[in-house]
This record gives sequence, C-alpha cells and structure tokens, in this order.
Amino acid sequence: MSDSPAIVESHNAAQQHHFADMEQQRQASSLGMWLFLATEVMFFGGMFCAYLIYRYWYYPEFAAGSKTLDIRLGAINTAVLICSSLTVALSVRAAQFGKRKLLVTLLVATILLGLVFLGIKGVEWASKFEEHHVPGYSFHFEPQAPSHPNTKIDPQRIQIFFSLYFAMTGIHALHMVIGVGLFAVLTFYAWKGLYNSAYYTPIENAGLYWHFVDIIWIYLFPLLYLIDRKK
Amino acid sequence: MATVVNPVAERENYLNQEYGVRSWLLTTDHKRIALLYLASITFFFFVGGLFALLIRLELLTPAGDLVQADTYNKLFTMHGQIMVFFFLVPSIPAVLGNFLVPLMIGARDLAFPRINLLSWYLYIIAGILMMHAVLTGGVDTGWTFYTPFSTAFSNTKVIEAGLAIFVVGFSSILTGLNFVVTIHRMRAPGMTWWRLPLFIWSMYATSIIFLLGTPVLAITLTLVIFERAFHLGIFDPTRGGDPLLFQHLFWFYSHPAVYIMILPSMGIISEIVPCFSRKRIFGYSFVAMASIGIAVLGFLVWAHHMFVAGMSIYAALIFSFLSYLVAVPSAIKVFNWTATLYKGSITFSTPLLYAFGFIGLFTMGGLTGLFLAALGVDVHVTDTYFVIAHFHYIMVGGAVMGYLGGMHFWWPKISGRMYPESLGRLAALIVFIGFNLTFFPQFILGYLGMPRRYWQYPPEFQVLNVLSTAGSTILAVGYLLPMAYFLWSMRYGKHAEPNPWGAAGLEWMTPSPPPTFNFEETPLVTWEAYDYGNIDLPKEVPVER
Repeated sequence: MSDSPAIVESHNAAQQHHFADMEQQRQASSLGMWLFLATEVMFFGGMFCAYLIYRYWYYPEFAAGSKTLDIRLGAINTAVLICSSLTVALSVRAAQFGKRKLLVTLLVATILLGLVFLGIKGVEWASKFEEHHVPGYSFHFEPQAPSHPNTKIDPQRIQIFFSLYFAMTGIHALHMVIGVGLFAVLTFYAWKGLYNSAYYTPIENAGLYWHFVDIIWIYLFPLLYLIDRKK
Repeated sequence: MATVVNPVAERENYLNQEYGVRSWLLTTDHKRIALLYLASITFFFFVGGLFALLIRLELLTPAGDLVQADTYNKLFTMHGQIMVFFFLVPSIPAVLGNFLVPLMIGARDLAFPRINLLSWYLYIIAGILMMHAVLTGGVDTGWTFYTPFSTAFSNTKVIEAGLAIFVVGFSSILTGLNFVVTIHRMRAPGMTWWRLPLFIWSMYATSIIFLLGTPVLAITLTLVIFERAFHLGIFDPTRGGDPLLFQHLFWFYSHPAVYIMILPSMGIISEIVPCFSRKRIFGYSFVAMASIGIAVLGFLVWAHHMFVAGMSIYAALIFSFLSYLVAVPSAIKVFNWTATLYKGSITFSTPLLYAFGFIGLFTMGGLTGLFLAALGVDVHVTDTYFVIAHFHYIMVGGAVMGYLGGMHFWWPKISGRMYPESLGRLAALIVFIGFNLTFFPQFILGYLGMPRRYWQYPPEFQVLNVLSTAGSTILAVGYLLPMAYFLWSMRYGKHAEPNPWGAAGLEWMTPSPPPTFNFEETPLVTWEAYDYGNIDLPKEVPVER
C-alpha cells in the first residue's frame, strides 16, 4: 500500500482510506442511501402507476376485492409498523449517544415487530389461498351485492386487483425480510460495540431504509384495504 | 502545472502492485474493476456480434435457408438483449467511467469501492444467467419482451432472461449511485462544478438516468416474471389487463436507456475534440447543460415508440413534439464540437478520427430520429429496416464509435503503453466504411418497406441486403483489429508518458498507469477545464505521424 499523508491525521478505525475525513464519509453514505431510496420510489412507482390506472378503469371490481381483505389485521399491522419506526428512530438516537445496551434492545425490538408484521401478513395470505382469491387457474370469486345497484362486476377483472395486491404486498414483504436481515447484522455489530457518537451511519442508513418500507405500507394500507368502506 | 515523469518503467502502479487471480477478484480499486468490466463486456460484445453476423448471413439470400424462422427470432432477440444490456449500457460508464471518474475529479477512489466490486459481481451473475438462457434454448420475444406474447405464449427462457436483465440493471443502478455520490462528495479542492471535465457532466447525467429509469424496468420485468411464474394478470388482456401499460412502463426506461448509451460517448467526444484541436471547448456550460437537458427530456418522450400501438392521438401529438425537443440539446453539442474545431490546431490522430466518425454518424442517426418522431412518416416506416438503421446509427455509429475513440484516447493511461498509431487510424477507417456499408442500405430497405424481424424477404431487396452483409464483415474486421493491437501493445507497445497527448485534465497529471491511490498528493485545481490557451501545455499534440 502506498502511503497517503491524509490517513495519518485521522484516528477513527471506521474511516475508509479514500475519504479525507469522517465527515466526508458520513455525507457520502447518507447521500448514497437517499439516492438508493429514490430508486426504490421509482421501483414501487411502476406498481402504483398500474394501480392508479386499473383502479380508475375497474373501480367496482377493486371495491369488491378490497372488501374481502381483513381490515382488522391490516390496521394492526399498520400500528405494528409505526411502532417499529419509533424503535428505529430511538435506536439512531441511542447510537449517537453511544448507549450500547439500549441500542441493542431497540434493534431487537425492531426485528421482533418486523417479524410480527410478516407473521400477520402470512396469515392474511394463507386465508386468500383458502378462499381461492389467488389469481390463476383456481381463482374463484362470488361477488356480493354491489354497493351501487347499477354497477356490474366482472369476476375476471377482480383478478387484476388481487394481482396487484399480491405483487405490491409481496414485494413490500420482501423488503421487510431484507430489512429484518439487515437489522440482525447491525444488532450483532452493535452488541460488539462498533457504533458510537462518531460512527453511527449504518444505523442511520438502515433506519432510513426501514422508514421508507414503513411509508410504502402507509400508502398500501388505504389503497388496498380501504376502498369504498363507508357504511 | 507540475510535470510528472515515469522515472523507471517498473515504477509501482495499480497493475503491478499485486499479482494473482485473488488480487483481481477481491480488488476494490476502481481502475482494476474497470478492467474486469472491460474483459467482461468485450466477451459479451463478441457474443452479441456473433448473433449479428448470423442474422446478416441469413439475410444474404431472400429465402429462409440458413436458419428456421424460430431460430431467427431467437437470434435477433439475443443479439438485442446482449448488446443493449450487457454491452452498450455498461460499456462506457462501467469501463471508462469507472476508471476515469475518480481520476478526473482528483479523488482516490469512488465513494463506495466495495459496492463498485459488488456491481461487477452482479453483472457476472446476470451474465451467467443470460448465457445459460442462451445456451439452453434462448429467448424469442424480441429484446422488448412485449406482452402478452412474453407472458402467455412464448415457450422460451423468458423468466431466466428477464431475471438476468433485472440483475444487470441492479448492477447499473449501483454504478450510477456510486458516480453521483462521488461527483458530489469527492471532488478535489478547487474542482468546482463549472471546472468539471465534460465527461464528468455526461457521467452525471447518465447516472441520473440509471437511478430513475432502471428501477422502472426492474419492476416491469418483475411483473412479467410474476405473470409467467405465478399467473398474476396485470398485463393479461383476457382478465382486463392492458398490454399497452407494459409498453409504457418498458419504454419509460428503455427510451432513456438510449441516452444512457449515447451521453457517455458525447462526453468522450467533448474530451477528444478540445485536446486534438488545442482549444478550449466552445460554450462549455452549454455542452454541460445539454447533457442534463438530454437526460431530463429523455424521460418525456418514451411513447414515440408506440405511435401505432393504439394510443390516443392527442398523447401522440404531445410525445411527437417533445421528441423534437430532444434535438435541441443534441444539436447544441454537435454545433459546439464543430465550433471548437474551427481554427483549431488539429492533429488527425486515431481518437479524433473516431470523434469525426461519431459526429457525422450521430448527426445522421439524430436527424433520421426526427423522421420517426414525425407522426405521419413514422406510420410509414414503423417496424421497418428504417428504424433498425436509425438506432444503429445512434447505438453503433454513435455509442460504439465514442467508446472506441475513448479507448484509444485513454489506453496509454490505462495500460501504460502506446497502441500503434498507424494501425489505429486504419482500423478507424475500416470501422467507418464497414459501418456505413452495413447500415446505410438499411435506410433504403426500410423506406422501400422491408419489415424488421423477418427471416426471409422478397427477391427485389437482395442487392441492398448483400451490401449490408458485406459491410458487416468489414465492420467485424474493424472491431477485431483494435482488440488485437491493444493486446499486442500490452506487451510490446512503447511505454506511455504520463501525458502522451499533451492534454488538460487531472488524469494526465499522474503517471501512466496511475498508482493505486491515483495521485501522490491530492491535487489542487486552479484552472478551468480545457484551457489550452493558458495552461502550460504543448501547442501541438506530440503524436507520431
């Protein structure tokens, strides 16, 4: 390795060789994470775009499909995720103050809340399989009386709603699984005491990712569960 | 400006610092990763080229005699997918961009060296998936994956190819992310935004498209895969799904992807032209902002690929108008390059010959693009060889010419050796002749009505098709030649000076090849880019004649 004068000045073990100082490294990581989240917005954006168009075209079918979703479980899951965002936000604070035990506790709490969400989501998915609401050859849907007597419901088109339901919640759940894995790794390092007031970027960035996944759900919940629920 | 000399040939540099397979496969040095990419994209370039030659051989005669129709469908599909996703999109950003972005802005490395290596591994995983799909039966959907053929009818390896392109897209996203962060956060002291080399501006614009466009392709292909694998129905017309929605989502990425291919080449031309005419580039800020303008406008024109697909005529009018607008920043660039050459002290070296080729061929490709943006003409030439010729003038005449020009320009920096100049000029000429002979007849064929994607054609089209096939063999020679003499020069070439062209730019102020951390000390920038009048540089390019 050729010697580089700038490295000699810094003492933080977490600093990488090609950065001039910790501040530059922190800013780079933070900008990188925000840009990554921008790509995620575009990634989910494709599905939200499809949702927008089809819901505009097939509103009665979307309403009928939406009513078969369990609003109670959806609401509980929303609450669970909001709580997990709180524990993440607190964990960043704990890392900044170098409180190792508190940090580990909060990260473990986040992981548990994430797992609760995934468990509930799994129960919901399983019931959809039992009701034959999964798009494909075994799809079957008995339309209840439509909310407006003049609207006809085409059972085939309800498959579009459920296709979007499974694609959107499925990819969201995949992001949750990745997030839980990420926090498991961070918990290990936090337990070993890697993070302190000078170096907490990984916690902060994982937190940003988690908040993003949370926000996606905040949109998914009303869009999928709360169509035409009045009365 | 400090002059740097190579004291001894065997000075320690990024190439000889470590040896062995391990030192390459686990490297985080942006320069070594650039070379890993160079080897991989060259492999895919020749695979894609092989398919192109088979296509041209089949079209030598009007009858479908060399391959069956099904095989022909697979040939043009895999030619397109490999050339677009595994060569053109990563070519300049992942090779020259990787090598040059930190050097040009005076940084030690990209902001995220390990993510940079990860992006190469993702590329390799995608490449293996793609090659597996190719070798176990191929894909026949066309590179565009149009539904419902791709989701419900094709019996080929659509899922595997879709997955490969998803993964390679992730690799591009990581490269783009790395460049944006590096350009924002890692510039050397004094390297202000308006002093950045124009190659950096074009990399920045390209990276923006990587970041905002690629995820949309990723989700689109994901939905196609879901539809094939799990029978979801988002694009299935029998269940109320809309294939046009697929086309909108697909082209939302794939039209900007054209600018991913051409913008980096434009950046290279903006480096070569000032150097070999010994002048500051004409209208620096306009050329820089034209890159950003193309990136932004590029997101607003996608539906011109769908004028005959049955979309609303009002939408078509607007997309037609917006497509015309892209001509403005493109023309700014072409005019500014020629204005730079005006009264310059010009040296006709190999990189400049490629730059000339680029300017001429890109102009033709761009102007024929306006034909296609015009609603009436587009109806006449949609899905004909006119379209094929148009986008090959942009992608091959433009992007590949720029890539080759850049490879010659920076080869002394990359390898530390000079390539044989006279052979270089010969190869540039062969490429230019071969290219025009291959693709110019296709403009005429298309205008006469020969449709694309057919394995046989009426006999009256044969003369032009024979010309095109003949041209493609010349083009192949023109591509093999540089590869041969680049490899030759790595061992036998003359040792390169730190600045063999007397060029401005930080990358020329460090030895050739550069040391692992690029600069002995962090440079301090006190001059404007390409200021050949004021920077202490030779008045003529010190190149052998």
